[in-house]
Amino acid sequence: MLRIENISKTFNPGTVNEKTALDRLSLHLRPGDFASIIGSNGAGKSTLLGAIAGSFIVDSGSIVLDGTDITFTPDHRRSRSIGRLFQDPLRGTAPSMTIEENLALAYLRSSEGTAPFSRIRKKDKELFAQRLKLLGMGLEDRMRQPVGLLSGGQRQALTLLMATLVTPKLLLLDEHTAALDPGTAEKVLELTRTIVAEHQIACLMVTHNMKQALELGNRTLMMADGRIVLDVSGQERAGMTVDDLLRRFKAGTGHDLDNDRILLSD
Amino acid sequence: MSSILLISQTALELGFQYALVAMALFLSYRILDIADLTTDGSFVLGAAVSVTVTAAGHPVLAIPAAMLAGACAGFVTAFLQTRMGVPSILAGIITNTGLYTVNLMAMGWKSSASLMRTDTVFTLLRDAGVGGEWYELLLSAAITLLAGALLWLFLGTRLGLSIRATGDNRDMVRASSVDTAFTITVGLSFANALTGLSGAVVGQYQRTVDMNSGTGIVVIGLACLIVGETVVGRRGVGRGVVAVVVGSIIYRFIYAVVFYTKVVPVDCLKLLTAAVVALAIAAPTIKSGALFEKRRLSAGRKGGR
Repeated sequence: MLRIENISKTFNPGTVNEKTALDRLSLHLRPGDFASIIGSNGAGKSTLLGAIAGSFIVDSGSIVLDGTDITFTPDHRRSRSIGRLFQDPLRGTAPSMTIEENLALAYLRSSEGTAPFSRIRKKDKELFAQRLKLLGMGLEDRMRQPVGLLSGGQRQALTLLMATLVTPKLLLLDEHTAALDPGTAEKVLELTRTIVAEHQIACLMVTHNMKQALELGNRTLMMADGRIVLDVSGQERAGMTVDDLLRRFKAGTGHDLDNDRILLSD
Repeated sequence: MSSILLISQTALELGFQYALVAMALFLSYRILDIADLTTDGSFVLGAAVSVTVTAAGHPVLAIPAAMLAGACAGFVTAFLQTRMGVPSILAGIITNTGLYTVNLMAMGWKSSASLMRTDTVFTLLRDAGVGGEWYELLLSAAITLLAGALLWLFLGTRLGLSIRATGDNRDMVRASSVDTAFTITVGLSFANALTGLSGAVVGQYQRTVDMNSGTGIVVIGLACLIVGETVVGRRGVGRGVVAVVVGSIIYRFIYAVVFYTKVVPVDCLKLLTAAVVALAIAAPTIKSGALFEKRRLSAGRKGGR
């Protein structure tokens, strides 16, 4: 599904701010894999998602998605098959446009309805309303309101819906519930679980919640210094506790997990 | 015809003609969030192309030719900022400077050009017997309203939606598989085509074009946009298109009143316009500054400067 081979990325090379964010990192995801990523501050978690989404071109190595080499593909073209959510709920939507118009934009990723001079059809609107209903937030009755009027949680839920409106091959979640209040975060997480399971989307999720990292999905990855230092799944993962995970991290890297926002439990 | 009627008629005509510039700025400044300084130059370019082609005996062809010329100017500015990494304001200034030479060229290397006894789109309409004494107003209004309707329809299409979102949240547009460099290019080309159209109509209406006729037109256009939005309101694309037309007509009425009553010298009008635009754009900052001072004074403290 996703094959990342030996990718490296150094920011500001040759300056005092030189930083190797990814260091010969390799990762294979199988179809339907849902992997969570945890790691210290500056371990390269977000950089990894950025490399996959195409925010920058990696210095070396290759990225192959579903048999297509996308190493040098520009980000807007990768977004046809890769959905992405950020921690900031404001980043995924256009505030002065209506819910309906935002969804119409997200729908541009589909193969149909891309004719530049075509307009939003009644059929599209029905599809949007039907999908909005799944969020259980009553947004289907507010489709003509600007997105700027929605709360952070509603906007993040809408972004999730937009990212998966046209089923992506891969979904990248960068601490997408971290800026939400606990109740809303739980709701958005539940929606994520449902949507990802329903469409069998491969998913990479950065989180700082250790318990979440073990409970959600089928794989847990730990990153340090631009590499993946731990990759657990299956039986091994099923019996794991947060303490086990921390111990394994220390054994792998030689130091404690150091993240000022880490949540050991909730 | 009484003089008041005549003044109103002229103000309406100019209002509709220059509304196209305000409409272009609505697209570039309000929707794409780019201050496009190509505007001054592409207005003159549109007028120059229009007058030259009209002089050659093709007044109708002159209109699309001027729009195409304006679109090319917008394309250059867009290319500089999206593909060459030139900051957007500077890109407009660079194109504008280059246009000076292009405009001279379009006028046959003279600093102005005039039409003698040639037909214009206006005389063609008059000779066809349409509109009576109001033929100039009729044509100006028709062109502007048609352009406004087209812009409104265009912004409702999928491409139009992506252009609107580009000014709102570029990340989100790229995440929707649309290249923002492309949407900016289409938007700026369209905007400058509208500016060129304005120049084309004004050029044939006044039967003359001058190198300096575009100076400050971007600020006047912004003034019209701001005045219109104050009167009509800001929410929605349709309202925005109506607002620029209303704003432009109001501006030309004010101009006419100043011109005939001489309450202030006409030459002062640009300074006045500049002040109004600066104040209107500065309003949010001034408001928050005033709130801060109020809060500080009510706390009874003087320190903390």
